[in-house]
Amino acid sequence: MKSFFDKLAGSKQGAIGFLILAALILVVFPLTLDAFRLNMVGKYLTYAFVAVGLVLCWGYGGILSLGQGIFFGLGGYCMAMFLKLEASDPESTRIQSTPGIPDFMDWNQLTELPLFWEPFHSFGFTLLAVVAVPVLLAFIVGLAMFKRRVGDVYFSIVTQAIAAILTILIIGQQGLTGGVNGITDLRTLMGWDIRSHEAKTVLYFVGAFLLLACILIGRFILASKLGRLLMAMRDKEERVRFSGYDVASFKIFVFCVAAAFSGIGGALFTLQVGFMSPSFVGIVPSIEMVIFAAVGGRMSLLGAVYGALLVNYGKTVFSESFPELWLYFMGGLFIAVVMYFPNGLAGLYQSHGRKWLARLGRWRPKARRAEPVAARPAPSSTPEPTSPALETTP
Amino acid sequence: MDLKQTGASRLLPRRLAQGAAALSMLAMSVFASSAGAEVNSTGLAVTDTEVIVGQLHSATGTMAISETGSIQAERLAIEQINASGGILGRQIKVIQEDGASDWPTFAEKARKLLERDKVAAVFGCWTSASRKAVLPIFEKENGLLYYPTFYEGLEQSKNVIYTGQEATQQILAGLDWVAKEKGAKTFYLLGSDYIWPRTSMKIARKHIENVLGGQVVGEEYYPLGNTQFGSLTNKIKLKKPDVIFAAVVGGSNVAFYKQLKAAGITSDKQTLLTLSVTEDELLGIGGENMAGFYASMKYFQSLDNPNNSEFVKAFKAKYGNDAVIGDVTQAAYLGPWLWKAAVEKAGSFDVDKVVAASAGLELDTAPEGYVKVHENQHLWSKTRIGQVQANGQFAVVYESDLIEPNPFPKGYQ
Repeated sequence: MKSFFDKLAGSKQGAIGFLILAALILVVFPLTLDAFRLNMVGKYLTYAFVAVGLVLCWGYGGILSLGQGIFFGLGGYCMAMFLKLEASDPESTRIQSTPGIPDFMDWNQLTELPLFWEPFHSFGFTLLAVVAVPVLLAFIVGLAMFKRRVGDVYFSIVTQAIAAILTILIIGQQGLTGGVNGITDLRTLMGWDIRSHEAKTVLYFVGAFLLLACILIGRFILASKLGRLLMAMRDKEERVRFSGYDVASFKIFVFCVAAAFSGIGGALFTLQVGFMSPSFVGIVPSIEMVIFAAVGGRMSLLGAVYGALLVNYGKTVFSESFPELWLYFMGGLFIAVVMYFPNGLAGLYQSHGRKWLARLGRWRPKARRAEPVAARPAPSSTPEPTSPALETTP
Repeated sequence: MDLKQTGASRLLPRRLAQGAAALSMLAMSVFASSAGAEVNSTGLAVTDTEVIVGQLHSATGTMAISETGSIQAERLAIEQINASGGILGRQIKVIQEDGASDWPTFAEKARKLLERDKVAAVFGCWTSASRKAVLPIFEKENGLLYYPTFYEGLEQSKNVIYTGQEATQQILAGLDWVAKEKGAKTFYLLGSDYIWPRTSMKIARKHIENVLGGQVVGEEYYPLGNTQFGSLTNKIKLKKPDVIFAAVVGGSNVAFYKQLKAAGITSDKQTLLTLSVTEDELLGIGGENMAGFYASMKYFQSLDNPNNSEFVKAFKAKYGNDAVIGDVTQAAYLGPWLWKAAVEKAGSFDVDKVVAASAGLELDTAPEGYVKVHENQHLWSKTRIGQVQANGQFAVVYESDLIEPNPFPKGYQ
């Protein structure tokens, strides 16, 4: 049992880092921010789910998915469909040609609810679907790609293509999906008004706890043998394969985990913001989500959360102060991160912050073995004897 | 209407001009006047000398090209109002937020303007999608939005004043005109694939079949951004419709009209009536590529009346001689003026009172001529048919009577 908790907490330093983050989002933010800003942080945290998933599959698994928006969107759409059905009761839609169906269906001359919407009357099914639908798609994509040993940049391009396809599909089938507008005007969750400040605060805490849970799950995975295999695969896939491991299955698994996290984030986003639209599914938001992970540090689960918070906070602040120039600031920030801190915030902490803190507090952090919190030096820098025959990847 | 793009080269100098405008407005806001809780009983950002409003358009992203005209027109109106003494003795101060062509950003910024800045009114949104995204927030926070774009109707929020035309106003008069003047019996309907063209064509089809006794020989929708209209030009040649009725938006417009021309479908053989080409789009399409075709709008820059020549003069003085003014730009210009009139009639900035005072409000200084606010918060307006000229302007060939706005048209749904 003890080893189980060890795996969750990681090192002592990992435990401290986790507690600091938990204190920050569970205590400091709620106490210091007003309802409006807290709601915004709540929205940022939903992106952090995606970033945490990306750390697992990109940072550790070496699978760069440029289509995490797909899973974020699917989770969000599942939740939005449930909320929209609840908001479309026959009473409040009585001015429509067909009362009782969502308004955009009525505008598109649909006269009855499409079959695939029916199960979303059930909240239990919706909760299941929020995770299951993204995972199922990730599983199919993973099966098709990894079993055929499609990897690296080709995989990234395929995920990007899927994101584009899904966007076109959603926009094209507007009678079924709400099209460009998305699914809007969501009001209540089982009779509970999600638009009020109280509801947003409750949702904030729900999101915060779920996020912390996801981080712990991620740590557990990384600290287990599976995590070691992931890193081994990333660094020398052929060698792992020749050692008798089924590389594709592990990749599929971690890709599915990342998809599940994204789906949960998407569902919470829908609840926080009150609508879902195809603009979260496409290529641009998907790449943005990779940037969150990159800024935070792609080898750090906690860093990913900070990355998502920081980038989104920057977006908000810059765009409020400089409505016409803010995109340049964001661009500058990203260029600076890529050029000077390739390991993101976590890498910065690793290389400078720790020494600085140590000097300040006169304690020396022990170098620990398993330490998902802080970025470790790029694995390629460890010289290892490799036989030229195995050197298939550049 | 939604998502359209035109030539971009003219934008930069205008943006600089906007910055200068903001500064000069700040400098002007030093007037003082009477006060009292009765003008503001709901805690809006109103002081004795100043009232704060929000402006929420896309200054960046794909929609910036379309929304910039609206931003400029609203700024111009606010500046003119301030120069003439403000509203109830208060100077208007603008907080501009960028929706960044991104619907959730619109929602976030709307919440910021209403909850934190407590603005008395918001002038903003352009696409239906952005309006849909902010609508629940305006209703929840009891804000007031002036929405400038012509749109599909099917909506009537107590927190929105719609200064553009709803679909029936724009469509029915246009169809009646082609049926009468051109003797049109067969129609080919086409548009981009999203809510506005689809709703518009639904209304058009009902009107053609039930009222005009005509026939729809084709109805097609193309994805946003589509640039391949080859098969369409063939079908048009085959079906030989009396009228092509088009609501193609965005960059698609440029490809569509150039390909029509290349296929030999020009105005000397074919009548075409569009709902979605204003002076802004013509910049991108090129007047010579669609000369002789018709557009159905409530406003054209070439309208000949004293209000409009003054407006065009002021607009060009501020934003340069090359600036063009489309339908939506003019509708955006009406927003601040309608708000001023309503506030002064109500004697208060309270949203409920302003909305109540808006119904029945008349404005005879509008560039489009006389407008009146209906109880359903849309405007009574005239619809004009403009014929495209090679120089990128429209010649107005027909003007309807004032048309009642009817966002939920019976028999057309």
